[in-house]
Order: sequence, then structure tokens, then C-alpha cells
Amino acid sequence: MSSELKSWKEIPIAGVPFKPSTEYKTGDWRAFRPVIDDKKCTRCLQCWLYCPDMSIRIEWEPDGKKPKRVYYDYDHCKGCGICANVCPVKAITMIPEGGEE
Amino acid sequence: MSPAEQIDMLLNGDEAAAWAARHCNVDVVAAYPITPQTIIVERFSEFVANGEVDCEFISVESEHSALSACVGAAAAGARAFTATAANGLNLMHEILYIASSLRLPIVMAVANRAVSGPINIHCDHTDAIGSAFLASWLMFFCENAQEVYDTIIQAYKIAENPRVLLPVMVSFDGFLISHTAERIKIFKDEKVVQEFLGGPRKVAKINLMGKEVELSLNPKNPVPVTFGPLDLFDYYFEHKRQQFEAMENAYKVIEEVHEQYAEISGRRYGDGFVVPYRTEDAEIIAVVMGSTAGTMRYVVDEMREEGIKIGVLRVRTYRPFPYDRLAKYLSRAKVVGVFDRVQDAGLVGGPLFIETRASLYDLPERPIVVNYVYGLGGRDTTPEMIRSAFDELVDIAKGKIKPFRRKYLGVRE
Amino acid sequence: MAKTSKEWTPNLFEIAKIPDYILPGHRMCAGCVAPVIVKLALRALPDPENTVIVNATGCLEVATTIFPYTAWKRPWIHNAFENAAATASGVEAAFKVLKRKGIWKDELPTIVVFGGDGGTYDIGLQSLSGAIERGHKFVYILYDNEAYMNTGIQRSGSTPQYAATTTSPAGKVIPGKLEWKKPIGFIISAHHNAYVATANPYYWIDFMKKVRKAAEYDGPAFIHAISPCDRGWRFDPGISMEIARLATDTCLHPLWEFDPETREYRITDRSLYLAKNPDKIIPVEEYLKRQGRFAHLFRPVRRDDLIKQIQDRVMKEWHYLLKLAGFE
Repeated sequence: MSSELKSWKEIPIAGVPFKPSTEYKTGDWRAFRPVIDDKKCTRCLQCWLYCPDMSIRIEWEPDGKKPKRVYYDYDHCKGCGICANVCPVKAITMIPEGGEE
Repeated sequence: MSPAEQIDMLLNGDEAAAWAARHCNVDVVAAYPITPQTIIVERFSEFVANGEVDCEFISVESEHSALSACVGAAAAGARAFTATAANGLNLMHEILYIASSLRLPIVMAVANRAVSGPINIHCDHTDAIGSAFLASWLMFFCENAQEVYDTIIQAYKIAENPRVLLPVMVSFDGFLISHTAERIKIFKDEKVVQEFLGGPRKVAKINLMGKEVELSLNPKNPVPVTFGPLDLFDYYFEHKRQQFEAMENAYKVIEEVHEQYAEISGRRYGDGFVVPYRTEDAEIIAVVMGSTAGTMRYVVDEMREEGIKIGVLRVRTYRPFPYDRLAKYLSRAKVVGVFDRVQDAGLVGGPLFIETRASLYDLPERPIVVNYVYGLGGRDTTPEMIRSAFDELVDIAKGKIKPFRRKYLGVRE
Repeated sequence: MAKTSKEWTPNLFEIAKIPDYILPGHRMCAGCVAPVIVKLALRALPDPENTVIVNATGCLEVATTIFPYTAWKRPWIHNAFENAAATASGVEAAFKVLKRKGIWKDELPTIVVFGGDGGTYDIGLQSLSGAIERGHKFVYILYDNEAYMNTGIQRSGSTPQYAATTTSPAGKVIPGKLEWKKPIGFIISAHHNAYVATANPYYWIDFMKKVRKAAEYDGPAFIHAISPCDRGWRFDPGISMEIARLATDTCLHPLWEFDPETREYRITDRSLYLAKNPDKIIPVEEYLKRQGRFAHLFRPVRRDDLIKQIQDRVMKEWHYLLKLAGFE
């Protein structure tokens, strides 16, 4: 997914990579996407804890003491399903990518 | 500008290397003992134990780990040094390429020794040349202990230059130089050396994701640096092209540093790349690396007394190969004898022979170039043996014998 | 080990506020547990900003740094396969001496080394042993996916008995790898020089406490974390953490730690509970039957003899550990 290939003069020496991986959208890998039922979610953060792709984001309450809600970074979520499996209240469902939510 | 004050010391090649590393105020030394380099690590350990040098000496458990630790140390921003020989160099072979690809200014002393098998601890050049070819390391071959001391100091200045940033191998003959005590001059005040190097290592800066960062593992970098990624076919070639460029730059920097060092030391080694001896009008020239050059000069003098126009060209800088210097000094000779001290010189000839011929290929008139393989496994190369080879070169010049591809000097047929 | 970390325990909300040091967009397989290990470990450090990471060749290294992208938000170096510990030795020595010489003016950074089972058990064992013998201060985290996964699931010294890999396939005559898993934790603890612990990212509180202890120990530390691989072990990526849990609940990967000063072995967390309540230990079959790499033990014929061998050996190793920890 690297756009234009650069010449040797345009890249840093010593092979140092010059783009953060966030620019690479692994969300394209998904066959299933996770969807949270916000009403069931207890904000226990187990999904956030075990997500291998750091694709679960937390929005905190204004006083910063508790999470207000969790939501997905669908640009990077690979649809592995760990979150759905670890959720203790089964608030997360895996639906086919491109299917109805 | 007069040279800085120096004192005389009786040191062998290994000790000279240890003293040079000490004077360069190296930060980390990671080394594993192997004959004939052992005195380097021993002497250096004494310096550390006596508090005479402030350095972390890592007694690694193998040569592979020695160079690996140097890579880690240099990536962290330290001035790193190691030393090895023969099989030790072969064991760290994998890491040679990584060190140069990460553009780390590591300096390594190599006490040239034959490579197993059979196991042999004596001098030949197979170890350094065997590894040098494709690894993007700068390489020097020294003739005596003085040159070892001088070259290691120069090596840091060359390596740490932002136009270069490549590791440097400083080779010298095992036992013949490493263990032979000579009276050499070292700087009385090591601060002279450190000033010459510009103080402690200044890590190069690069532009990364819009910020200027140190090319190191510095945790305070505004953008952290990742060293050693996976390249696919889309960028590997470009990364190597950058290394080729650094080698080209090194060619100029070597010359600059050689001159700058001459100012503080009063010593030069030819033009820094090759050391000619009586080659100006020579019809026959011998090309060689290492201590055998000294024996050859002795024979040259003898033959000059007899009216034979003969000279020696010692190659000091092996990588980058000084192709233009060889063309310059050899173009008017009739016959050139190239002496290789490596095993398995192939069918075409030894590495020094091949590169010498290649350097002369574009000349409108080329000398006859023949190859001798000599001195393997520490085989003593005496003045008589050299004389017999030189006599053959004279005979070729006179048309008395036909040029040959290669001969072996000193083996019992 | 009279140090602080017995008091530190991770607070979920606090660690959730720490920024990511490994970024999304890395190309580890969906469901891979290794990035979970990395993300939790880096958040357990006392000062994650002042950290340098050394990584051996393997899945983690390759998939997180495909040029021109990097997933690392800390300084990071990959050297080669077998020398992560040697490289870390050099980094550690460099910062030490640069600080002494007044060139590095801050606190010494924590050095974290990530190595897979390939780069640790087998090709990397020499450099690891050397680094530990020399006493360098670093935290070595072994993410153990029990085979050379990055090159295509070939067997390593860590592959468990009767697991199928591409170089120890389950064939008509030989049912997978015949040898038991090399006890790497005991090999490292035998150096008597390092803080050693086994860990399970599922039991994240225990894992993070151990990483913190390791970082605070004034010497080498080694943490053996189990890292289930949905691709190589063949299970649905969604149940990765379930498989991780079962590894400990069956006592195949018990949780313990070794204190180099007192030479004590301590069983921790879930394994401590199981030591006190052995009736709660789950039979290994529950673990084996969920993984494709053990499928040949169940289909086409149930190999009760082999399953029993595994079960017996697990219990043997478990009792060996209980004895070491003073439970028997």
C-alpha cells in the first residue's frame, strides 16, 4: 500500500522506516466486523485489554475517572473476534463485513 | 603546523591497537579472544582494570556476539571497538553486513590469520579479504605496528564522518605484526587524539517524519528510530545504493583524514591509499599488501644496486579499492607481479590480482600482470624467495619466459 | 528482591490511559497474541517513555517493521536472529558508559528484549546465556508460540510433544514431534543470576506485575510468556485468549516466578489456586482438542495412549514444580 516508490536519495539512510504503521489500513483484512451493543456494555475494558491491534478506543468521562464508551478503529480492526469472545456480557457481535448492523 | 608531542614505546601490533583504542576513548569494547589477537583484548582489559580508560568491556561469549554487542552499542550512540581474526571473523560474518547496513561507525582490528581447516593460527589474508568483498566495510592493511596505531585513529574519524558512516576493518599480519615488538610513537597526551576525532562520538542526524532526530536509539528523539526493518523487493536495492554512495564518499574522506592526521603526527603512508617505493621509473613493479612489503623493499634495493629498474607498490586501502592509484602508478611498468596471500585464488587469480588487472584494463597500454600466491598459513616468505619471483618478473620483461597466469611462491611442489 | 514491586499492581483504568507504544496497522495475523504481550508489557514498565527495545528476528519483528512502515513508538533495534541478548548487552553497556561520561544525561533507559521461541530456545540460547551470566540489566520477554512460526510453522525446541509442525508432521508412522518441550525457564533460573517468571497474557494482572518486577530488578530478567498462534496451532482467531487460559488451567504452562536472591520458586495467580485446589485442574484434552496441530490425536482414531502420555507428563512436570516451590 505504499503509494509512490521513492528514490534512494529521498529516503533516510540506515534503512530507517519513515511511516508509522497507522497509515497502513489493516481494516481491509476483515471478513467479519465487531459491533458493540452499547446498552449491554459495562465498560469493563476486557475487549480493549486483549485486542491485538489496539483497535478499540476508549472515550473517557469528562472528569477522566471512568470510561464513557468504547468504540472501534475500523481502519485497523482485523475482525479477529477476540473481543466478542472475551466480553463477559456478550455485548459484542461479529457480523459479516458489509452486512447489516 | 608542527606535529603534537609524541613518546616512544616498545609495542607489538596488538598492543598498538589496544593503545589506539584507548587514545580514541572508545566507549564500549566487546571482544572474544582468538590467536593472534589475544594481546589486544588482554592489554585493553588491563587498561580497564587499572581505570586508565573509561570503557565498558563486555567479555562476550563468542565473536558473533562481539560484533552484535558492538552493533547494539553503536546504535545506542557509543564509540565501539572490537578485534578478531580468522574463524572469529568468519563467525561474525553475518553481522558484518548488518553493521554496515545500519551505518554504524564501528572499528574492528583484525590480526590476519589463516582460516580453518586445517586449523592454523599463522598469518595469511584469507580472513579479512574473504569477508571484505561484499560487506560494505572500509578496509586497511597495515605494514607495521606504527601504522596500526595511526590507522585505527584515522578509522574513527573516517567512519564517524556523516558522509561515510560505514564500519572500518584495520588489518595487520598475525604474529608478524601482531606479536613483533617495534619502537613506535604514540601521542603523549591522548587528548590530542580525542580532539582530532572531534571529541566523543557525535551521532549523525537525519530527518524522520518531519523532525530532526539522532540516528540512534536515543529515547529522547522526538520521533523514535526503528533500526533493522524488513525490506521487500521495493526498497532493498535503494538501501544498498545508499551504501554504494557512502563508499564513494569514503574515497574522498580517507584522503582528507590522511592529510589531517599527517599534520598532527608528522606521518604519512604514501598517498593514504597506496605506498609506492621506487616506482617512478620502474619497469617491474610488485603489488602486495601487509608486512611482506618490507621484505620486498629490501630485495628491490638489492636489485636496484644491480641496475634493475624495479619497485614495490603496497596497497594500504583495500576497500574502497584504489583503482585510479593503481592505474597511475603501474601504467608505465612493463611487468607487474601481484602477490596474493589468500587460499583458493580461483582459476582466474587472487582478489588483489583481479582488481589490479581490472584497474589497468582501460589504459591504452597495459603492463603484463601475473599472479603469485604466497605465504599461506604463515609460510615464511624470505628475501631469497622474493628474489626468485622478482627474477622471473625480470625474465618476463626481457621476453625470456612467457607470462603465466599464476604461480605459487613457497609451496613444496 | 526487597524491592517495591510486590506492592505494584496494575490498575486497569490507569494503564488504559497510557498511550500505545505499539501501533495499529502492524501486520501480525488477526488474533495473534504476541502484540497483546507487547502492549501489556510496555505499559507495565515503571517509565515506558524511557525504554529501548531490542527484537530478535521472528514474527513480531518482521510484521511490525515492513519498510517503510514501523509500528514502534519507542527506539527499537532488530539485529539478527540469534543475537538479541548480545545486542541488548551492547545497548545496555553503551548507555551505562555514556551516562558515566556525562554524555547521556538522563536516567538509564529500561531495555526490553522481545524474542520468539526460535530466537530464544534454540539459535539464541548461547547469546542469552552469555548475557545473563554477565549480569546485564534487561527484561527479556519470550513470546512463545511454540514453533518457528514466521518461516512457516517449523518445529522448535519449544514445540510441545505430539504437536504437528511442518518439520515434525503427524504422519502415518510418527505422530508429530516426539520430544517434550525444553524447560527454558529452569535453564535460565539455573544461572542463579536472573529474575525468572512464566506468564500468560490472559492472566494479565500477574503478567504485568511480573514485568514490573523484572524491570525493577537490578540485573537480567526473563519472562516466558505463552503466545498462542491461531495460524500455526490452528484454531479460530477469536478464541486465542481462551486457548491461552487453558494452557495455564491445564498446567501445561504453569505460572511461577524465581527469586535469584533467595533462590525461591513461587507459584502465582491461577497456578497457585490450582496448587491448592488440584481438582480444578483441567484435563489436557480440553486444550488439545481445540487445536488443529493436535487433531491427529483425535481423528481419524482417538490416540488415548498419546493423550495419556501428555497428561501424565504434564502432571509429572507440575509436581516437579510443586516440589521446587515447597508445596510437597
